[in-house]
Formats: sequence, structure tokens, C-alpha cells
Amino acid sequence: MDTASLCTVEKRGRVHIITLTGGGEHRLGPALLSAIRSAVAAVRATPGAGALVIAAEGKYFSNGFDQAWARTAPRHLHTSMEGAFRGLVADLLALPMPTVAAVTGHAAAAGCVLALAHDTVVMRASRGFLYMSEVDAGLKIVDFFAELIRQKVPDAVTRRDLLLRGDKMTAAEAVRRGIVDAAVDGGVDDVVTAAVQAAEALAAKGWKGEVVAEIRKSMWPALWRKVKDHGADAPARARL
Amino acid sequence: MCTLEERGRVFVLTLTGDGEHWLGHSLIGSIRSALSSVAAAGPGAALVTVAEGRFFSNGLDIGWTGGSRARLGELIQAFRPLAADLLALPMPTVAAVTGHAAAGGFLLALCHDYRLMRADRGVLYMSEIDIGLPLPPYVVAVLRAKITAAQALRDVILRGKKLRAAEAKEMGIVDVVCPSAAETAAEAIKLAELLAARKWDGSVYSSIRISLYPEACRSVGIAEESDEEKRKHFASKL
Repeated sequence: MDTASLCTVEKRGRVHIITLTGGGEHRLGPALLSAIRSAVAAVRATPGAGALVIAAEGKYFSNGFDQAWARTAPRHLHTSMEGAFRGLVADLLALPMPTVAAVTGHAAAAGCVLALAHDTVVMRASRGFLYMSEVDAGLKIVDFFAELIRQKVPDAVTRRDLLLRGDKMTAAEAVRRGIVDAAVDGGVDDVVTAAVQAAEALAAKGWKGEVVAEIRKSMWPALWRKVKDHGADAPARARL
Repeated sequence: MCTLEERGRVFVLTLTGDGEHWLGHSLIGSIRSALSSVAAAGPGAALVTVAEGRFFSNGLDIGWTGGSRARLGELIQAFRPLAADLLALPMPTVAAVTGHAAAGGFLLALCHDYRLMRADRGVLYMSEIDIGLPLPPYVVAVLRAKITAAQALRDVILRGKKLRAAEAKEMGIVDVVCPSAAETAAEAIKLAELLAARKWDGSVYSSIRISLYPEACRSVGIAEESDEEKRKHFASKL
């Protein structure tokens, strides 16, 4: 599969934008995860890169893991999909620049976790939900998903509603509950513009990248511990 | 001491009689018995716990302990597996707080997923600080899991604040305020019916609840599944 076509990278000023391309569900299977991680690594290696935005085309930000792929793949490879996602979360936690998720559409399960793994989250007001679909789909929640939700979702009631009731949360509701930073009117492009503006403002602070990464990892130590061995920084022999 | 009835897909556990529903060995045992029979229900079930009279529960049976620390320790240890039963129950749980819920009674309500409470009378009250009793670690773990606003937690356990329903709702401790005991019970059953109608797989629901409250669950003695076991489950669902 041509992984280059699964996401694109563009630069606007100091902000680098990774866009998950196409009108599909952007299911996080091994191919897309690999493409995103390569794009993140490329942004990290770009001198002068000030901030990262991850966005998506179409109706979905991401609808979660690629179960269709998993159905056809040998079982021992399933862990590679989860492991690659752990690695992506680790790469975002360790990224030496501020990160902004432009939740341009529905973000479910691993897609919701991906959005919340960013420092700042802006979300389309007119359509799209945050939805931890696992309870409805009859799937259990692995430790680092739960840890991320616990860290990023401030209160017990909201966590329960998201995880135990499978609430589909609109942007306005998510802002009210303190999960998302801003609800943006308009279409996908307006959400991306708002995300880029937020990212540019953060980049303009001129923070030292390595310090951003260290402080972020120290803020979420339990989460970092659960994902770090899968990240790009992990020593090659430990990388799983 | 308590009765269990089935109304469609909702199991209603009632603490019976007009008394204070003191949580002694007898009542704890009866509740645990009822919960174990409910746990075998298939997907699409829910539990409501409700009480008759002016009290939801006034907590551990301090009267029975007669000042004996050994007896108090026994009751504290006896309540812990009841908390575990509720936190691991393979279905949604709703507490209809139809009267005062103090100390162990407050904790019993907190061990449910949702709380509805009457507005017209009754308070939620962690009385230990006023009585002069420290809180057992598992009790603190459940309080910390369910009450995440720092000032709310402080007010409840360090100041022994008595909460009416409206205030408890503002603090995120109660979900719905109802005008009377009868309406609290009725609304609790309606909520339970809505939750049961989602037809969630009980073992998945229980597993997700445990991942939501890992420290509290560990503290009451529930073992969390390994990620490997969860992956096996994921593979089996494809």
C-alpha cells in the first residue's frame, strides 16, 4: 500500500500540519499508523518546526482501530497495531514542540484517544462527536487508553459518561466539560485554520523544544511509562 | 433486611423497614447474597438499590461494636468485599438515595455508577471526622475515585460537610435530584431501564468500570485483567 497517500504534511509558517487524507474513516491500522509516525518523525527532524497540528479530511477525524484489517490478519500481528498506536502516543508525548489536534470530524475509541493525546484540542462545532465506543462495541479498554482518559478528562462524572455510558459528546459539550479547548464553527478548513492559529501562538512563545517534551512527559508519568518503550526514542532492542 | 425483585431487566434491591439500615454482618451478608444472584444475569440488565424509611443507610453498625475496636475492624473488613461486589458487578448500578446516607451508607451509594437523591430531606455525610474515626484506605480510595473536585473532596472528608441533594449535584456527587423519595425511586428505575436497554455485555461493562477506577478497585481487592487477556478478548470479538 502506498503509505504516502494516507496522510500529507504541509507547512504554514512555523506550524506543520499532518492531514489524514480522503473521505474514509481513517481507521488506525498498521499502514496509517506507520504513515502518521513517519510524518511525525519528519516534522520532528525539520529545523525550525515550531508546532504540530494533526487534522483529517472528510466526516471523520478517526473512527478507531482497523478491525477489518485485524479480522484478516494473523492474531500475533494484532499487538503490532496496538503497539504502533502506543508508539504514536509516545512520539506525540515526546515531541519537542506544542501539539494541537484539529478534530475535524468524529473521533471514536482510538481516534478519540489520538485527539486527546495532543496538548490542545480544537473541535468542529457543527458535526462530529468524541465517543469512547468500546462499551457499545463490547470491547475492553487497555491500560494506556484508560490512563490517558483519566489524565485528560478532568472529572469523575465526565469520565464515567464517556467510558461507562458511551456518551457521544459534541464540541460544545466537550468544551463545557473541560475536555476540548475550543469549538469552531464552520467546516473542516475553518477548524484547521483555528488549530493552526492556536499552534502558531504556541510556537511564537519560543519555548525550547526539548523542555516542552520533558515537561510534558513529567506531567503524565504513568501514561509515559506505559507507552515509552514503543516510541521512536526507545532503544532499538527494547522497541516492540 | 433486604429484598430483591426483578422488574423486567431491572433488579431492585430494597433495604427494608423504617430503621437506619445499619450495615452489620447480617445486612452486609444479605446484600452480598442478592448481588451474587444478580451477577449471573445476562447482558442488558441493571441494578437499582433503594431503601425504605428515612434512611438510605446510617453506615456500619457502630452500636453492635459497643466501642470494641476489634469489632469495628471486623465490620470495616466485612464491608470491603461488598464494595468490591458493586465495583465489579457486571451491569450498570444506580443508587436511589431515598434518605440519609452517612459514612458506610454514603460509601454504599458511592459504589454505584449513578446516584439519584431526594431533595426534600436527607443528607450525604462522611461522619468519621466528627466521630473521631480515621478512614480505612479502601474507603479513601473509593472517595477519591468518585469525587475528583479537590474542594468537594476536602469538604466531604476533611470538613464532614452534610450535603443536601442540590449541593451534592453541584459537586458532581449526585446525578439527578428528585422532589421526593417516591420520585427518586421511580426515576432511578427509569434510568436503570434506559441503561439496561443498551444491552451492554456485562463482563465488558465490569472490565471498563475497573479500568475507570483502578486504584479503588485494587484497594477493595479486585484484580484487574492483564492487557494480554484483553487482547485475547479483542481477537475473539472480531
